[in-house]
Amino acid sequence: MTGEEIRQVVLEILERIAPDEDLTDLKDAVSFREQMELDSMDFLDIVMELRKAYRIQIPEEDYQNLNSMESTVSYLTPKLKDVPVAS
Amino acid sequence: MALDDRIVITGIGLTSPNGNNLAEFRRNLLEGKSGVVDYETRYMGPVLAGVCNFDELRYQKRKDRRRGTRAGSIAVYCSNEAVADSGLIWEQVPKDRVGVYLGITEHGNVETENEIYEISQFEYDTKVWSHHHNPRTVANNPAGEVTLNMGVTGPHLTIGAACAAGNAGFIQAVQMLRIGDCDLAIAGGVSESIHTFGIFASFQSQGALATHADPTKACRPFDTKRNGIVVAEGGGICTLERLDEALARGARIYGEIVGYAMNSDASDFVLPNATRQAECIKLALDRAGMTANDVDIVSSHATATEQGDIEEASALRAIFGESTAVINNTKSFIGHAMGAAGALELLGNIPSFDDGIAHATINLENHDSRCALPNLVANEPRNLGEVNCILNNSFGMLGINSVVIVKKYV
Repeated sequence: MTGEEIRQVVLEILERIAPDEDLTDLKDAVSFREQMELDSMDFLDIVMELRKAYRIQIPEEDYQNLNSMESTVSYLTPKLKDVPVAS
Repeated sequence: MALDDRIVITGIGLTSPNGNNLAEFRRNLLEGKSGVVDYETRYMGPVLAGVCNFDELRYQKRKDRRRGTRAGSIAVYCSNEAVADSGLIWEQVPKDRVGVYLGITEHGNVETENEIYEISQFEYDTKVWSHHHNPRTVANNPAGEVTLNMGVTGPHLTIGAACAAGNAGFIQAVQMLRIGDCDLAIAGGVSESIHTFGIFASFQSQGALATHADPTKACRPFDTKRNGIVVAEGGGICTLERLDEALARGARIYGEIVGYAMNSDASDFVLPNATRQAECIKLALDRAGMTANDVDIVSSHATATEQGDIEEASALRAIFGESTAVINNTKSFIGHAMGAAGALELLGNIPSFDDGIAHATINLENHDSRCALPNLVANEPRNLGEVNCILNNSFGMLGINSVVIVKKYV
């Protein structure tokens, strides 16, 4: 997956986790929490969705990398570069 | 009895397979409209069920709904509806003086089945087991979701009481109001049982799951062709207050809970016991200072199982055989709403205080002589002229019996 494809995957996960939010103008450099109502259980949902879709194990000490879209894509890019987008 | 010991119903919220508020529910009970439909389950395939279609998003966001449970959603809907109906100005209600007491038959089976199915799609890798599983399946979940949704900071608990749970929720509330544990109780019963195959499969294995070519005719208490239970979901929740406070704020009073009782059969895991049921009814009447002759409508528990109906009819004959009380049944319309059954069955009868009519038990084509009952309201509602007292039976597995008596407030 390319960085843009990973961004789309994460965006779709966010849309499922926070279905009441309008993510049209999500700013990639700004933390998710500043733009959306997300708590710790929601972040675990992001981790879980990635685990289910791409079998990625994200250790707890790496959760800080899921702070914003930019940092999330940056963190996931090496892990997913050889993985196709899940259908 | 002192006014602050007298407990009254001041608001009603409900969802039933044939109505999402009291007026709609009552209208369909009087018009003989069933809420039982064909229903698809995972693993078992087609069954019959009572399915609710209330608006889940009236009081919850989609995210809340995603995170919570169906039982929680039913409880949130009914609680908000009850408070809206009560005339209370919610913003002004001290939330630390509100208690939430909800009867449940069981809780957590739906979510557990869903998670097991989910990990089965991942070769049973438990690493994909949801972190939401525990907060969804703790036994207080339905009541806890109400407190989260409504900002209630007083006590909340669920009362696990099998199919006697709806009445048990009301009884808990009466007791808590009397000891001053809260000033407003949000109480009743809820069930999400239809969302897991297990309850259907277990009743089928027990030979107690109803079948019929016409779903609306499947639940037939006291009929010779009854062949078991129709499982339903639903919720019936009231606001309950001490009489003095209800009067002080000029509340509409639906009725007063004047008597209640709970006891145990101590005889069998599943088979009911007419003697203990009769004792429970008698105890409730004694506590209310009433006799059978004071009761106008008996809302029966009968689920349309072979033995259950026979036992309850025997208990009812023992207490009401010589009285003029009429007997009806709500499950014949909506199926067995489990934790909500007792609550819905009481609430659907409450409007009889205003209209003087007893709704029927439907689908009674050939009355089983072993279930002989005096004054059974068969198939068509009966105009009694005036109704002043309703007695509501609700019994459950492991031999748990509950009776609530509600009197018209005048």
